[in-house]
Parts: sequence; structure tokens; C-alpha cells
Amino acid sequence: MTSVLYDAPGPKAKARNLLYTAVFLVVLGLGLWWVLAKMAEKNQLDADKWTPFVEDANIWTTFLLPGLGETLKAGLIAMVIALPLGALFGMGRLSDHAWVRIPVGVVVEFFRAIPVLILMVFGSALFVGAVSSDIRPLYAAITGLVLYNASVIAEIVRAGIESLPRGQTDAAKAIGMRKGQTMVYVLIPQAVTAMLPALVSQLVVILKDTALAGALLGYGDLLSMNRQISANYSNTIPTLVVIALLYVLVNFALTTFASWMEGRLRKSKKGTGAVVAGDVAEVDAGGAVGVGKAP
Amino acid sequence: MFDFLTSGQYDLLGAFWVTVQLTLYSAAGALVWGLALAGMRVSPVPLMRGFGTAYVNIVRNIPLTVLIIGCSLGLNQTLGIALGGSTFKEIGFRLAVLGLAAYTGTFVCEAIRSGINTVPVGQAEAARALGLSFFQVLTLIVLPQAFRAVIAPLANVLIALTKNTTVAAAIGVAEAALLMKEMIENEADALYAVFGVIALGFVLLTLPTGLLLGWVAKRVAVKR
Repeated sequence: MTSVLYDAPGPKAKARNLLYTAVFLVVLGLGLWWVLAKMAEKNQLDADKWTPFVEDANIWTTFLLPGLGETLKAGLIAMVIALPLGALFGMGRLSDHAWVRIPVGVVVEFFRAIPVLILMVFGSALFVGAVSSDIRPLYAAITGLVLYNASVIAEIVRAGIESLPRGQTDAAKAIGMRKGQTMVYVLIPQAVTAMLPALVSQLVVILKDTALAGALLGYGDLLSMNRQISANYSNTIPTLVVIALLYVLVNFALTTFASWMEGRLRKSKKGTGAVVAGDVAEVDAGGAVGVGKAP
Repeated sequence: MFDFLTSGQYDLLGAFWVTVQLTLYSAAGALVWGLALAGMRVSPVPLMRGFGTAYVNIVRNIPLTVLIIGCSLGLNQTLGIALGGSTFKEIGFRLAVLGLAAYTGTFVCEAIRSGINTVPVGQAEAARALGLSFFQVLTLIVLPQAFRAVIAPLANVLIALTKNTTVAAAIGVAEAALLMKEMIENEADALYAVFGVIALGFVLLTLPTGLLLGWVAKRVAVKR
């Protein structure tokens, strides 16, 4: 954002900005002081609650890293299944045949309207008896994540293909390509470059949503380690802070990768330069709402 | 198959009413907080911009479940903050609203900021030429136009929020997802019926919101 809303500051504005900075700093400091005082009052600042994360390797090898591994595992499996399924749905929605387009559209819109947690709980009950109970939470989590995210990915794919200039289809038709050929040789390769950043952002959404299975279905993911760590070290707040930081680090790495890729794609000659908005799709924790074109 | 609906054992409407209430209170909180964050992110004061950017980028990347459980375990059970609630039900509801608003505010902020970017630079320049201050430019000239552009993205945020309220089940708020869990445990043979009813409830909540706000967005959009 350039300074559309204000001029380059002169001496008076500089003094005023300095005043605002000071006031904001005081407010921020007061807030921080209040939080720290409250935490000190309940002994959450004691060194022995925080040092285990630095000094005790067990806390990492027994709890945090395995938890993170489970989170990544559920997220990646869900992504690997949801991606082809979503691509299929996305193309189905663009079909010329109403008997394909309409049912696929109904399925996609239905699963997009339902919270991912509801799908997970449903999945959990679905596998009772069929899958042993120690692995059922993983199955449930993946079922929920796949049903939901395949529908979201379908919309991303559709938006990606629709972002291509009409002329591409016309040109393919003009040289005598059939519809399937147009899709496979002309449209999809170009659309993939436009969609990649949005798909990486979707991976962030999936990773964040695995926490639901940890909290409600007994899946042994990163978040669920909070209970075990604070049972051993009685340090609820430090544990939650560390877990939140781990999520932020992983997701931040992914979003940085996505925006780096977006920058590359915009510059590259291969794509059309169109990029499907990933940020809008990323809206959810429990539910993205699709890929609105930027207003 | 649908016996569980008429048995009177489950308060389906009550649970969805809690979902609706969670959505409305959190939406109000997220709108106010998101506006404040957006204001900070475009302000001429570097410290405020830094705070806004840091907050949005950090909170957006924390799973909502972690935030809500943090509100319950951290704020309430460890620090003893109850937000003025007295019963277990009240406290849980208020903590869930706090977590949802803190999280959704970041998306509201980003939506509004993208709306601000759709307002032509000349508008703000003209306003400044008239001698308006930053705050006046923002509230009188830019935001009213930006708002009309961001109704569709905000509708998406609202729909996502409606679905996200199910996360409150993690701290025992008696909304639709928790009721579904309870019903499935008791009515194992009616799994599909239970899922269908709850799913229908969410479709009925989100579909009209999307259609209505989509219509409003088209009507008020500034044609450029």
C-alpha cells in the first residue's frame, strides 16, 4: 500500500506522528503489562514452566515433534487425495453435459456449505466397526478434510480455467481440437500455474483444520499434545504459546512459499499472468468460501 | 428413522439458535476489530502499521481451535478471566465469541484493506487537497466507497464464520456440532438422518446469507 491516504509528512505531521507513536506505545505497553502481571499472579512466568522447552529434549522428542508429524501427515494425505478429486469435480462443473454439470455442482455446493468439523464427526461415526479405534481419528480427520477441501479445490480449479482468455478455447477449436484435447493440452497446463498459489494456501487451511481432529476426535496431533505436556509440566499457557508458534512457523513458511511462487508465475512467460486469489479461499478455519474474484 | 427429531430428547432449534447467536456476536466483534486493524494498517504511524501487520499475520496462521482452546484453558482456567460470565454456559459462550472475533477480525481487516485499494488514488488526493486530515479522508471519503466494494468478500467471511462457530464445541458450547456429536453417540442407527438434519441446518444458514449479500453487493457496487 502506497501512501494514498496521506502526504509525505512535513515537520508538523512528523511531530504528530511521533505523538501518536508514543500514545500507541503506552497503550500497547499497558496491555502487555496487564497480561504479564496477570500471568505472574498465577505463576505462569516462573522459569521452570518455560525452561523445559529449551533444556528438556524429551518435551520435543516425545510430544511436540511427533505431534507436528501427525499434523503434517493428516494434512498431506488429505491434500494428496483432495487434489485429484477436486480437479475432477472442477472439470465436471465445466462440463457441457447437464447430467454431469448439475450433480457435480450440487455435491460441491453441498460439501462447501457444511463445516469441516461436522464432516469429521460424521466420518468418525461412519468408520465405527470398519476401522480399529486407534486409527479411526485419522480416518475421520481425512474424510472430513477431503470432502470439504475437494469441493473448495474444485472451485479453485474452475476459477483457474475460467481465468484464461476465451481466445485460448477458440484457437484450440480452430485448429480442430476436440473438447477433451482443448482441456488437457491447452487449458489445464495454463490454469495450473494460475492456481498453484491458491492451492498452497489451501494446504495452510487443511493444516489448520487438522487441529479440530486433535481437539474433538482424539487424534494425536500437535494441538492434542497440549494436554499431555501440561499434565507433565503443569504449564498450560507456555505450552499453548509454543504450540501456536509452531503452527505459525509452519504456515508462515507455506504462505511465504506461495507468495514467492505467485511472484515467479506473474513474471514467467509460460502462464497468462492470471493468478487465482488464494487469500479469499484461505478465509476458513472451518470453512473457506470459495474463490471470489477480487472486487 | 427420524424418531430422534420428535422424541423431544434433543433441542435442535436451541442448538442452532446458539450457533446463530455465536455468529452474530462474533461478527459484530470481528467487524469492529477488523476495522480498527485495517485503520492501523493504512495509517501514517509506522508503529501502528507494524502492529497491525504482525497481528494479522500471526493470528491468521494459528488454527482457530488453538485460539478457542487457549481462551478456555489459558484465559479462563489458568488466569481466571471470565469476561463477566457467571455460569459455565455463559463463560464458555463469551470465551468462544472472543476467540472467534479475534480470529475473524484478521480476515475482515484484509477484506477491508483490499477494498481500500480499489478506491482510485485521485479520490484521496482530492480529499487531501481540500484539507481533510488522514482520519477524515479515511472515514468520509475512502471507507464509504471501500465498504461497497467489499460486501461480497465480507459475506464470504461471514459464511466462513458461521461454519467456524462449530469449533466452539471444543470448549463445550452447546451449539449444533456438539449436539450432533451427542445425537450420533445415542442414535448410532440413524447416522445418515442425523448428519442430513445438521447439514441441512447449515445449508439453510449459509445459503440465504450468500444469496442476500451477493444481491446487495451487486446493487451497491461502485461502477468504475
